[in-house]
Amino acid sequence: MIVDAFYAAPAVLILALAVYTTVVRGTFAASVGFLAYGLLLTITWVQLHAVDVALTEAAIGAGLTSLLLVRASHRLRESEAAIRAETPGLPLKLAAGLVAGIVGGGIALAVLTLPEPAPTLAPQVAANLAATGVGNPITAVLMAFRAMDTMLEAIVVLLALVGVWSLAPDRAWGGRQGPRYNADPDGILAFIARVLPPIGIVVGIYIFWIGADHPGGKFQGATVVAAMWLLAMLAGLTDAPPIRRRWVRALLVAGPLAFVAVGIVGVYAAGTFLGYPPDAAKALILVIEFALMPSLAFTLGLVMAGAPERPEEAA
Amino acid sequence: MTGTTLVGLLAAALVAVGLYGFLVNPQPLRKLIAFNLVGNGVFLLFGFIAERGGLPGIGGDPVPQALLITGIVVAFAATALAVTLLLRLHESTGSTSLADEAPSPKDPAA
Amino acid sequence: MSFALDLLTYVAVAAGAFFYLAGTIGLLRFPDTLTRLHALTKADNLGLGLIVLGLLPHAGGVADALKLVAIWLLVMLSSADAGQLIARAARRAMRRGEPPAP
Repeated sequence: MIVDAFYAAPAVLILALAVYTTVVRGTFAASVGFLAYGLLLTITWVQLHAVDVALTEAAIGAGLTSLLLVRASHRLRESEAAIRAETPGLPLKLAAGLVAGIVGGGIALAVLTLPEPAPTLAPQVAANLAATGVGNPITAVLMAFRAMDTMLEAIVVLLALVGVWSLAPDRAWGGRQGPRYNADPDGILAFIARVLPPIGIVVGIYIFWIGADHPGGKFQGATVVAAMWLLAMLAGLTDAPPIRRRWVRALLVAGPLAFVAVGIVGVYAAGTFLGYPPDAAKALILVIEFALMPSLAFTLGLVMAGAPERPEEAA
Repeated sequence: MTGTTLVGLLAAALVAVGLYGFLVNPQPLRKLIAFNLVGNGVFLLFGFIAERGGLPGIGGDPVPQALLITGIVVAFAATALAVTLLLRLHESTGSTSLADEAPSPKDPAA
Repeated sequence: MSFALDLLTYVAVAAGAFFYLAGTIGLLRFPDTLTRLHALTKADNLGLGLIVLGLLPHAGGVADALKLVAIWLLVMLSSADAGQLIARAARRAMRRGEPPAP
């Protein structure tokens, strides 16, 4: 009974916040509600014995996504009243509620009638874990058993950045992303943007490094490093680089290219794309991880910075 | 009913709430939030199924859990692209309306 | 010895939870942004400190204990800064004559 309360309390709060973000009047309030909701969701992930997912949710789901939403809702605040006039009437709301209820009810029914015993691949992962040289089974899945997914994931993030770049107006093409932030250089934001990044970068690299054997990994670590960079940008201490620069593009593609290169090596060394010879598995995984981590941090930071808005020379 | 089944039901409820918000809210940023709620519901459902396949020593089935990490990152990438698109739409038209016939802006100075 | 440590855990975590509760009640009941910030940042930092103190005897080793303390210090740093930033935004809004946030 008391165990169920541990599950029920966060579940009730999460559902209440989800409803709040859906029905609250202001978009800014909805974005902040989504942030709190994401943080609570992290607790549920821990309860599901998915600490790696909890870290990802905290860093990316609650952290980066909410920052995007909060910033965007602030920029869109003037259009808020006009768009509210388009709210549909009661009949459409009732119909939407009916559709949502049917879909939700169907999923709930599926949840309650799942087959026993549950299908699982955990025994196969446990049996083959030693061959990868990695101790964290999730890292083993990400980097060895399903490495193709992870490679495509890194490329998807890169493609999202290409999409963000392509939204530049003509005058800003090749220039710097996002607005130039001017915070008080002696203010509290500039202070924390000087104090926190050295600590945050160490924490990010630690999360990345520990991922081999414990919960953590490059995506979570890269997010923390990217967040430190964003903090310095928001405080006006540094600026997004002009996207025209060659070093910017080289750093962005270095990680995914190393991943593809290791994959091609696998064709010759192990007979299949992304195959690792058993003796070299850990070494090859490390090569990919070390190449991917800086590229990912850089890509995530630039995806957050927004479309290019300023020509290169403008300060 | 065990505690994790409750999480499975929460997943179903999140999908329903998100779907409702996606259909009813005219503001595109709100639609994005609702879309993320639906996504979280699906992820949670996946996590619930992963947890059922757990072994002693390994918390849950690591294969779906690893795919979840991929899913969360890809959902973020899609959301970031959509938010940037929306901001550009607002910048060039002054409106965020998705209607076919956008109502003419009442205040052209805005 | 272990009984004394368990007692410390119970007392400290319970006290921490009490301060969290007090901070949350303040957040919900106080009339404006500045007083709510006061309730939230002060009470929650103390509450988290007490919970960390209570968990220290059960940390797996010195490294884990240091990590717990580091979490507390980082949360204090960030909540102090976030509190300052929100307070400044609230003051600016007041000077512009905007109604205080609900």
